[in-house]
Amino acid sequence: MSRRTFLKTSALAGGGLMISFTWLSAFSPAEAKSDPALPGNWVEINGYIKITPDGTIKILNPNPEFGQNVMTSLPMIIAEELDADWQRVVVEMGPHDSVKLGPQFTGGSNSVRMYWKPLREAGAAARQMLREAAAQTWGVPLEEVTTTSGVLYHVKSGKSGAYGSFASKASGIPLPKEVKLKEAKDFKVVGSSKKNVEGRKIVTGGPLFGLDYQQPGMLIAMIEHPPAFGMKLKSFDASEALRMPGITDVFTQKLYENGFEQGGFDTRTFNDLLVVVGKTTWEVMQARKKLKALWEPAGDTKDTMGGRGQKREVIVPGELESTDAQLRKMQEYAAKPAQQLRKDGDPETAFKNAAQVIERTYNAPFLAHNCMEPMNFFAHVTEEKALLVGPLQAPGWTEPTLAKILNLPPDKIEIRMTRMGGGFGRRAYGHYLTEAALISRKVKAPVKLVYTREDDMTYGIYRPMYTATYRAALDKDKKLVAFHVKGGGIPEHPIHANRFPAGAVDNYLAEGWQIPSNITIGAFRAPRSNFNAAAEQSFLDELAEAMGKDPIDLRLELLKRAKENPVGKNNEYDADRYAGILKLVQEKSGWNKAENKKYSRGVAAYFCHNSYAAHVVDMVMKDGQPYVERVFSAIDCGIVINPDAATNMVQGAVVDGIGNAFYGGLTHKNGAAEQTNFHNYRIIRMHEAPKKVEVHFVQNDIDPTGLGEPPFPPVFGAVANALYKSVGKRFYQQPFSPQLNNSSIL
Amino acid sequence: MIKLTINKKPYQVEVDPDTPLLWVLRDALGLVGTKYGCGVAQCGACVVHLNGEAVRSCVTKVSRAAGQKVVTIEGLAAKADHPVQKAWLELDVAQCGYCQSGQIMAAAVLLKENKNPTDADIDAAMAGNICRCGTYLRIREAIHLAAEMQRKGSNG
Ligand code: FES
Ligand code: FES
Repeated sequence: MSRRTFLKTSALAGGGLMISFTWLSAFSPAEAKSDPALPGNWVEINGYIKITPDGTIKILNPNPEFGQNVMTSLPMIIAEELDADWQRVVVEMGPHDSVKLGPQFTGGSNSVRMYWKPLREAGAAARQMLREAAAQTWGVPLEEVTTTSGVLYHVKSGKSGAYGSFASKASGIPLPKEVKLKEAKDFKVVGSSKKNVEGRKIVTGGPLFGLDYQQPGMLIAMIEHPPAFGMKLKSFDASEALRMPGITDVFTQKLYENGFEQGGFDTRTFNDLLVVVGKTTWEVMQARKKLKALWEPAGDTKDTMGGRGQKREVIVPGELESTDAQLRKMQEYAAKPAQQLRKDGDPETAFKNAAQVIERTYNAPFLAHNCMEPMNFFAHVTEEKALLVGPLQAPGWTEPTLAKILNLPPDKIEIRMTRMGGGFGRRAYGHYLTEAALISRKVKAPVKLVYTREDDMTYGIYRPMYTATYRAALDKDKKLVAFHVKGGGIPEHPIHANRFPAGAVDNYLAEGWQIPSNITIGAFRAPRSNFNAAAEQSFLDELAEAMGKDPIDLRLELLKRAKENPVGKNNEYDADRYAGILKLVQEKSGWNKAENKKYSRGVAAYFCHNSYAAHVVDMVMKDGQPYVERVFSAIDCGIVINPDAATNMVQGAVVDGIGNAFYGGLTHKNGAAEQTNFHNYRIIRMHEAPKKVEVHFVQNDIDPTGLGEPPFPPVFGAVANALYKSVGKRFYQQPFSPQLNNSSIL
Repeated sequence: MIKLTINKKPYQVEVDPDTPLLWVLRDALGLVGTKYGCGVAQCGACVVHLNGEAVRSCVTKVSRAAGQKVVTIEGLAAKADHPVQKAWLELDVAQCGYCQSGQIMAAAVLLKENKNPTDADIDAAMAGNICRCGTYLRIREAIHLAAEMQRKGSNG
């Protein structure tokens, strides 16, 4: 047992943890009872929980669902502390209401982490109010009222009653000032696999997604974007398009007025929108082809950024960028001095005196998110109010923007969150809501804005293009004495300076540089980590080979050093937990077993979003191509809420990682994306996915941390390391697949 | 006016005969279970059955479906009890779920034609269906499970 786990356990050993509310007090039960939105016989106990007299329990899920299972796993947390019978629970997506339901954003692998405590409190508080109601009704002391699966008991008198019969009384009981939370060992719902609460709707084709939303009188809108980053609209002739059947309107619309202070998630590809509106999707698609638009270079433009409390002007360069020129520019920048991000010891001297220096450079292209459901949003905006319905990760980040642009108070803006057909970070950028809202206001009708696949892929908010050079200095005994990483990107660098192997090497230097660009970028499943892990974990593999060590042993030795005698400050990771996943994957994969020698095996591990993930990838040759046949994964994300769904997500992250490592990449020619749809942007398919991904979670009772992102980054490194074993060649450029045929997109 | 039979129900729609069946289903008839993913026959999100065969509705003109039998995910089984649907639920295949109606419709045709598909058969039959969330392992497993259910006659 690690020290942290031990401390945690002893804190709980007294029989549950008393907590006092900070957030739940925002909710007053009296106010809830008068909530006219509440249908007939539902009794609201608190913002998350409603109960019918017949004992059905409705739990509102606060956070948008994009496949990470929060619609099921977050309500499970409430049900656990409420001691509800899961069979009687129905789940509904909550409204956007940050007072009652908290921050409501899906991203940063944060859903479970940030809601763990509040949802437990919400469940525990409701349970206590129900116990109180029963105690008063039965005239017995509160301490003697117990619960089991939705039923209240008074053992001494033999009285019992279902939650439903006490709900009405409980709703009038004052919110308790503090409640006792369960001990992890007593969990019944948390940690036991529950089926996706929307599973049935998914397999029967029920309307679930934003694109499925319809309203009578609704129009369809699409945006004709410039053909390339760096271009803008010069003029257009819509006469032919307007004569096409079903077309009601063609117009230009500015998204942000000049000087509008953009927040961190207001990123958009283009500001001047050429909009086509019509009755049906197909008609609008056809009319777009008849538009005659002239485009011209935009030149350098200016954006006003308002985020983090300080207003600043940013120049967006007007150049029409091409991938080969970008690569050359990256090489130039890599040779220049860069910003120092962390330095321990005296790396310069250590490198000068080294017996051997290993230096390798890794490159990776832009990646498009390619959510299976393209960007879209429904909007109905009038002078008085706005209704918006669709897929997005963070309603709270877009609402202030909408309020400003529509000049409406936030309480007149209703955002409803649908299930998302994927997100991967892309839907944290809500520009498409604002676009839909402006279009609806202009045409004075309910409108659904739809991006085609081509729009979605070529006007993205991409994973940046990255490069990093890693250097290691070995002394004459082949001991690692210094480590240097210098990373850059368009338009941001990837470096996490305080992550492993920082803390494990006496002389350490991390540096970063960046090149501005007009190609828009944003969060993509494990931002920056998804490149770092690929590069660093490949480099460590090569380093282990040069040092004559087993790659897992080398990592464990470095982690031992980082634990016993850490170098520097601010090391972000827990060396014990990091070593823990490596040991677990070593054991479960039979790393040293002779029978596995038939595989080309690669290993990698990484820490991000407060969690730890390691993979062993087993590669074979299939139809003359290297193929990942099976994968062993070890994950430490603390307590796992819904194990089967968590396993599914890790398996998905492994498949996603293999796919992007082999095939993922977006390139540009004169500002235009060269990949436009799935015929030339290759996505991993069934026959390329492994036959088996065996997922093992470290069992501990540490509060849960992220899982959507952490398993993704180390896949790239593990694949690269297996490829080396398989074909005898190191791979430094992503994606790997073209290089198997001696070509490269970079 | 085009006459269609979808999920055993008759429909009449007034659309350009070149309109892809996908958009007739979704926009004109409100049958939104069939998904748009690429529009160019690359992803399989839009698979429906036309006279029992899997077709990509995004590139199937509605005129081709006139007078033929169309089945969409909504009509695959009256009580969501097709072995494929049951297996999908049993193994909790979906992540975001967006691709799954196309996957299910493709898998149903595979199992009609091949009662006991091997992994290689599944690879071949399902290669046209992208799942961006990467649920391929479970799709494969669910197809094997559905085949077993079908063999045991438990398609309820
Ligand atoms: S939408 Fe038809 S194959 Fe992709
Ligand atoms: S489950 Fe999300 S695309 Fe397949």
